Amino acid sequence: MIDTLGPLFLLLMVVCAVAALSVKELLSAVTIFGAFSFFSAAFFVVQDALDVAFTEAAVGAVITTVFFVCAIKRTTGRSV
Amino acid sequence: MRSRFGSPVLDASARLLAPFMWLFAAYVMVHGHDSPGGGFQAGVILAASIVMLRLVRGGGTGSGLSSRGALTLACAGPLLFGGIGIGSLFSGGNFLDYGALPLPMDPVQVRVIGTLGIEAGVMLGVTGVLVLIFDVLASWDDGTV
Repeated sequence: MIDTLGPLFLLLMVVCAVAALSVKELLSAVTIFGAFSFFSAAFFVVQDALDVAFTEAAVGAVITTVFFVCAIKRTTGRSV
Repeated sequence: MRSRFGSPVLDASARLLAPFMWLFAAYVMVHGHDSPGGGFQAGVILAASIVMLRLVRGGGTGSGLSSRGALTLACAGPLLFGGIGIGSLFSGGNFLDYGALPLPMDPVQVRVIGTLGIEAGVMLGVTGVLVLIFDVLASWDDGTV
């Protein structure tokens, strides 16, 4: 069970990364990037690196997403 | 960003969530040496709670920490860290050698207090810097800190 979770999370990370790069809307890309951070944190948990997973979940999934959304709000013009 | 989100549900849930996030940050900081966590993670959790309050209730007094207060925290944290390090340097030990601190206690207890002080310094610094970055990005005070 646990052995299959690691490759699954890695696959989901790749899917999220490709989706974040290929999507046209910036806000959608940031949201998918948050999902990427979440799957990355889950992968670290599977690998028994709880400290790294903790940091990734707190910084990558929360703070970075908020900062990116704020940065997008400061841009002008169309994002397509 | 300047206008409040205006939903009572958001406001009430943020109010309910914030004290538990602060308690969790304190737990993560204190238990940093024998469980996952530490000063940096605790600071990030604290900053996340303050950023959440700012998003829901607007900037300024609603979140309990002004931009000026965040700047003070960002300066006080490294000051605490360096103060403990240089204090142990001046009382006969190496840099960050907590056991040399001149406190009227067991050397083991002095080490624990010193580690806790370092963690608190890291936590305050990380919290202040992250809240400041958010303030500058969202520019609650028209870009001036």
